[in-house]
Amino acid sequence: MIAPALFAVFAAIAVVSALSVILQRNPVTSALFLVVTFCSLAGIYLVLHAEFIGMVQVIVYAGAIMVLFLFVIMYLNLGRDIETGLQIALRRGVGWLMGFALLAAGVALFRHPWAAGPPAPPGPPVGNTQAIGLLLYSRYLFPFEVTSMLLLVAMVGVVVIARGRRAPGPAADLPPGAATGAEPRGDA
Amino acid sequence: MREYIPVLLFLLVAFGFAAGTIALSSIIVPLRRNAVKNSAYECGVVPMGDARQRVAIKFYLVAVLFILFDIEAVFLYPWAVAFRQLGLYGLVEMALFIVVLFIGYVYLLKKRALEWE
Amino acid sequence: MAAILDNPDLRFAFWALVKCVVILTAMLGVVSYLIYVERKVAGHMQARTGPNRVGPLGLLQPVADILKLFFKEEFIPDAANKIIFHLAPVLAVIPALVSFSVVPVGPNFTVTDINVGLLLFLAMSSLGVYAITLGGWSSNNKYALLGGLRSSAQMISYELALGLSTVGVLLIAGSLSLVDIVRAQEHVWFAVYQPVAFVIFMIAAFAETNRAPFDLPEAEAELVAGFHTEYSSMKWGMFFLGEFMNVITISSIAITLFLGGWNGPWLPDSLKFLWFFLKLGVLLFFFIWVRWTYPRLRYDQLMNLGWKVLLPVALANILVTGTVIHWLGNR
Repeated sequence: MIAPALFAVFAAIAVVSALSVILQRNPVTSALFLVVTFCSLAGIYLVLHAEFIGMVQVIVYAGAIMVLFLFVIMYLNLGRDIETGLQIALRRGVGWLMGFALLAAGVALFRHPWAAGPPAPPGPPVGNTQAIGLLLYSRYLFPFEVTSMLLLVAMVGVVVIARGRRAPGPAADLPPGAATGAEPRGDA
Repeated sequence: MREYIPVLLFLLVAFGFAAGTIALSSIIVPLRRNAVKNSAYECGVVPMGDARQRVAIKFYLVAVLFILFDIEAVFLYPWAVAFRQLGLYGLVEMALFIVVLFIGYVYLLKKRALEWE
Repeated sequence: MAAILDNPDLRFAFWALVKCVVILTAMLGVVSYLIYVERKVAGHMQARTGPNRVGPLGLLQPVADILKLFFKEEFIPDAANKIIFHLAPVLAVIPALVSFSVVPVGPNFTVTDINVGLLLFLAMSSLGVYAITLGGWSSNNKYALLGGLRSSAQMISYELALGLSTVGVLLIAGSLSLVDIVRAQEHVWFAVYQPVAFVIFMIAAFAETNRAPFDLPEAEAELVAGFHTEYSSMKWGMFFLGEFMNVITISSIAITLFLGGWNGPWLPDSLKFLWFFLKLGVLLFFFIWVRWTYPRLRYDQLMNLGWKVLLPVALANILVTGTVIHWLGNR
């Protein structure tokens, strides 16, 4: 009895905060509502007995990815950049287009009669983290190892992007500090 | 499911306590506002410009690298818990995983991405 | 009515609520006197006496401090983002208390035992970044902004070391439940099997709680008061309370993971919690001791220690532990 009630509460929080993400004008407030959305999703996972996923949701999404978002919003200070009318109009157009596409997809999904699968067997009394481990590191070994490659590529990518565009050649090997003075200042 | 009810209760009680104490105190305390008192503190000097300025890209780099290594750590927990059943097989595959990421780590060192000057 | 009272779920929830209020009250008491003890210890380490004016031996000092905070005038900078400015101190208190809900204090005093207790602690400590970042940013003050920025980078860097150092314990215990981890240490503490992980965990614990020698977010000599420069009255009090509650929670987790939890000789099960509190007292003293012994690190030293020492050592420790466990299991 209590589980459906909790599910409803978490779902309501998730929907309301997700709406607030797009309705807020201040980007930091938007980001904070996204954190709330992720946490209530974690609550929904817990109600559905997916404990590990619920905790990982908080650790990775709310605790790591959103921190990066906040860093970018807070310290990059893009809020006051001047935008031309054309950019705004373009963004509005794309936004409406995507919105309608999503709506159409939703309508199509809900019109289709989906057969309810067999009820899930009651979860084992012991943690499902172990079950995930046993599956992930045997049957899904290949995707797991590919993940490490993906992370490696991301690591290389972020270094390349962070260093910015530099003239090829020995300049890249200069000691740090020597190069910074010569770099063109941004328009900030 | 039931075991998580106390966690939720703790969350609510902590929020209620903190918000309640702050609200109660801000009702009691005197608020004698004036423009100078409410300006940002800059060691007694009139504040100059906006406090929010762009910061070094290093900090974004740290945040992104944190996400990457955090994901690696998340993969380690189910592995550690299931380690005894997985045996040598599990050990070798995790060693491979860590070695691949270690190559990335060495790359970061070589590119001086972890240097703070 | 009787049916409601007999409902086991509701009774469980009711007792959990009672325990929660007890823990919160106890925490407030412990934090008040921890601050007193810290000032006393600091005084004696520097050949002073510390607070001694309010009440006998200065024992009423915490009461005076709390009353002062409660009635102190409050400043809210005009340039601040008001809602976030009010929200940040509330967020400072929540993670520490929520993590404490899974700490097994004694065999008969465990609020709740969840299968992913350790992950709950890590999740809460990853949310701990928000209070400081938001507090620093919303004040719209240069010192506060710098303090918040520094501290968020510091906390996320050391969170990696903190998380990775626990994996060695998990390999031995084979469970994420903190009660299981304590029961697995009935004979030998995990600090004996995992000395490297224990040291990494403790260093990261100091950095996560922003305690000296990692108190760069505050760094009063250069950043005034860091992220809470613009805070006053009870809002400042909440940041202070949150910091000390974090120290208590992270010490409790260190005891649970590495120092045997409630395990100890002689006492019967019903009194085992005394061992827990004894160990907690020792660790809290250690936190104070370190603060008055080591100077603050420079920022590049801090980041180098986190990324170039603790991270690779923690990873190597995991592989070595796994290999040894496998080798011992096959002999």
